[in-house]
Amino acid sequence: MTSILEISNLEKSYTSGSKKLTVLEDINFSITERQTFAIVGPSGSGKTTLLGLCAGLDKPDSGSVVLNGTELSSLSEDERAVLRNKYVGFVFQDFQLLPTLTALENVAVPLELQGSKNAYSKAKELLIKVGLGDRGDHYPSQLSGGEQQRIALARAFANDPKILFADEPTGNLDAETGEKVVKLLFELNKELGTTLVLVTHDMELAKKTQNILTIRGGKIANLTSAV
Amino acid sequence: MSESNKNSAGVNWLFKMAWRDFKASAGKLSLFMVSIILGVAAIVSIQSFGETLKENIALQSKSLMGADFKIDSDSKLTEEAQLIVDSLGGADAQEISFSSMALFPKNEATKLMQVRGISGGFPFYGALETDPVAAGKNFKTQEGALVDATVMLQLDIKVGDSIKIGAVQLPVLGGLTNVPGSNAVFSAIAPPVVIPYKYIEKTGLVQLGSRIDYEFYFNAPQVDMEHLERAVGKRLDEAKADLDTHTSTSERLGRRYENFGKFLNLVGFIALLLGCVGIASATTIYIREKLKSVAVLKCLGATRLQAFLIYLIQIGVLGFVGGILGTLAGLLLQQLFPVLLEGLLPVDVEISISWPVIALGIFIGTFMSVLFAMYPLLSTLNVSPLQTLRVTEYDNKQSRKTGIGVSLAILVFIFLFAFWLLDDLKYAASFLAGIVVVFGILGAVARFFMRLLRRYFPESWSFTSRQSLRNLFRPRNQTVVLVLAIGVGSFLISTLYFTKDILLAQANLDSSANQANMILLDVQRDQMSQVAQTLTKNDLKPIDQIPIVTMRVHSINDRSAVAIKTDTASGVNRWILNHEFRTTYRDSLIASEILQEGRFTSRVASEDKVIPISVSNNFAEDAQVAVGDKVTFNVQGRLLETEIGSIRLVDWSRMQLNFSIVFPAGVLEKAPQFGVITTQVPDTETSAAIQRILVTDYANISILDLRQVLTVIEELLTKISYIINFMAFFSILIGIIVLLGAVRTSKYQRIRESVLLRTMGAKSKQILRIQGLEYLYLGILGSLSGILLSLLGSMLLAYFAFDTGFVPSWVPFVVLLPGITLLVLFIGLSNSRSVIKSSPLEVLRKEGV
Repeated sequence: MTSILEISNLEKSYTSGSKKLTVLEDINFSITERQTFAIVGPSGSGKTTLLGLCAGLDKPDSGSVVLNGTELSSLSEDERAVLRNKYVGFVFQDFQLLPTLTALENVAVPLELQGSKNAYSKAKELLIKVGLGDRGDHYPSQLSGGEQQRIALARAFANDPKILFADEPTGNLDAETGEKVVKLLFELNKELGTTLVLVTHDMELAKKTQNILTIRGGKIANLTSAV
Repeated sequence: MSESNKNSAGVNWLFKMAWRDFKASAGKLSLFMVSIILGVAAIVSIQSFGETLKENIALQSKSLMGADFKIDSDSKLTEEAQLIVDSLGGADAQEISFSSMALFPKNEATKLMQVRGISGGFPFYGALETDPVAAGKNFKTQEGALVDATVMLQLDIKVGDSIKIGAVQLPVLGGLTNVPGSNAVFSAIAPPVVIPYKYIEKTGLVQLGSRIDYEFYFNAPQVDMEHLERAVGKRLDEAKADLDTHTSTSERLGRRYENFGKFLNLVGFIALLLGCVGIASATTIYIREKLKSVAVLKCLGATRLQAFLIYLIQIGVLGFVGGILGTLAGLLLQQLFPVLLEGLLPVDVEISISWPVIALGIFIGTFMSVLFAMYPLLSTLNVSPLQTLRVTEYDNKQSRKTGIGVSLAILVFIFLFAFWLLDDLKYAASFLAGIVVVFGILGAVARFFMRLLRRYFPESWSFTSRQSLRNLFRPRNQTVVLVLAIGVGSFLISTLYFTKDILLAQANLDSSANQANMILLDVQRDQMSQVAQTLTKNDLKPIDQIPIVTMRVHSINDRSAVAIKTDTASGVNRWILNHEFRTTYRDSLIASEILQEGRFTSRVASEDKVIPISVSNNFAEDAQVAVGDKVTFNVQGRLLETEIGSIRLVDWSRMQLNFSIVFPAGVLEKAPQFGVITTQVPDTETSAAIQRILVTDYANISILDLRQVLTVIEELLTKISYIINFMAFFSILIGIIVLLGAVRTSKYQRIRESVLLRTMGAKSKQILRIQGLEYLYLGILGSLSGILLSLLGSMLLAYFAFDTGFVPSWVPFVVLLPGITLLVLFIGLSNSRSVIKSSPLEVLRKEGV
């Protein structure tokens, strides 16, 4: 099977005052298409930083990230944005819906950025899929947390991404709602054949994926594969 | 990769996104809209009114003069000038005018008036507007006088009563409400009386020393004025006469009002700039709230430019709409101006629509919005999509660079706009420097205050007092922004007050015993001692008896006036060569004079060949002479050689008689001369009584009651201050908007803190006290710095530009300082209301903190 994401010798550090703080060091792994993958680790271990680097939201100090065959560090910020628009979907812990857009408009944005003519009809379909077909005209502030995250899921799948990054997707939800959202996430992922990369500190959730990468102190502590 | 760094969303999508985003957050941009509407309205109303006035003056230029052109002279026409008048087919109407005392025998009232003897069909355009209407047409045939309607009302004169001017007594045929060629301000001091031309000679007032104007009017609609100027302008100049065409007169008049307009324009521009501060602060709040959305958009694949453009389009379109609304408001507001300036305008103004001004309003609205919103807008470029995952630091270096770039662009724009308004590089640069200095000083005061607080923090104060002080210098505090907003507003308003004080101080009369408040002009030499005696007899002390000798410049450093006039390269000002100087002789300097150069000669023996004279500094400048240079004067036919012995700095603004040229005693005593006597009258009744006596005994003497002149000046200033106050009101209104914006900027931060305090058990009173004290400090600091800065500026202005001291009005300290402080307190506290009234959780949810 082909690899969708290849990470080699990745390093990232931040400077705080005169101090250099290494967040990630010597990270190597790859993810093949259609797999589900979890990155776990305690708070401050560097997992969100890793997700940001994998999705091209940030640049590493050294090493490479090859996403869908493209080496990200050779791209400008705008080129990375376009790449994300074509191949990447996102689900965030705090939903990150655009507050000034209705649910339907939020879902349609990735498609509109692609210049799609039937952005609205596809967005409507996705809303129905996530069970919110009747809430398209609502603004995020008029929706509950669970509903907002389902809208975010619909948006994440709108552009038929090859890979979907989810950062603590249940972190802001109660257990029951969280479970429903996770169920929906995995169902959609399976149905649409997307690669799923999940960042979480919830081991129960991580166990639902095929691979679990454990990070501790910025280094890979363990990589287990259920397959 | 050039293909792939674009996504397929086009301009339509950008507009769609801009609209969607705006639709949901329109309310948050209301401050922005109000700022731009008020700012544009201020500048458009003034600009539009200025254009309308200019247009009206140009349209009514013929009726303003009453003729197509006129030739005038301050003495009888020279032969050469008469030849030119004849070559133009002779004048269609003539006028002789002078100021003189008029007596109304009915109640023995007297009044200094401008006597205008008119012949022929003048005015050819416009009309002598009179009550009754027929009087204006019949006064020549019915042989009577038309008297200024206000004077008739003041002195209770009715049609049919009579007026005595010199030796002539005429019946009053009607009240004059408008006469072409009368100056509104001068008319307030010497109102016009129109009589038939043939009676002028009979008044017996045309004699030595009288300031008489001879005017020759032409009714020649077919004549090309520019061609005429070229053909006879210079020749007339050499023949000691002037050509005034209706176009040149209206242009001159237009320019005079333009100067006032320029001042108002600057006040309007400051209002607009305040509005721009409002724009900047409103956009900062708006964009700050949008940065998260920008990060999400980038995460979903929008490019930096697309994200930037979504918000730029919103601001640009809003600026455009604000520009249109502001322009409409400005056009409506200008309707008020003729009411506010009633009596000051030379023409009846019919408000018209000026398309260039409308275009300007819309352009200014759009451009200023984008320019002043640019800094916060540019911050969208630097937002990292990583912000969706975690809060990251901005690139400070980048934002500092953009900040400097945008600030420079703003400064360049302010300079260019000021230059466009003032048409003078030096003034525009001074205006810009003034703005920078005021902003700089206020900013420095705020920073200094914060440093002072940090250094000498009152640790022993109560928790609430300490907390409120800490808020002033905590990270991301609003101290500088608020002190700037409050300070600039207070500075502007108090400057308007102080400037008015300076102008009034300038004009004010000193009531000390030796300060004259009545001037008797045109006293003949043989009347001097008798008039002085008359004064003494009536318990009035003649303060000064000043002899006056008229003369013209014949040559400067042996070059004749004629030669200098023909020399195009000569820098000598024309008026020096054309003017009939009224000079005096005395042995000392007076209070309004300071010796600048050379030595003042008190007295010379009459046989001295070259006489050392003293000239004023402006005479020296305009005649391009220095100490030691030779000037020969023509004293009524006799040439008198003089040398510049000294140059004096003369304060012309003092209400007393000043002279360009002063001779030493011992030379001019025997020359033909007349005099001026000054005295001090204690009250209006004494003034009226002595005027009656003098007019009856000495008809040729003109009497100027300086207190009346002062009343006229005060009325004038009051009227001008109406419109200035009106513009100041605009600034205050915009200042409040800016204040609201600045307070709102920090609202969320303050609410979060208040809610936390509330959660930990703080009482409403404590929260209110913390916030109240903080705004109180800010209000006092901002308004006090603004007012003190304005006081300092005004004092420097008074000292350097007006050479006077002035007692500043208490209004800024007693009204403005507490007023603005309370306003800040009110706006600030109204912010905390939601925190106090609701539960902490409710607030957090509602405010989206």
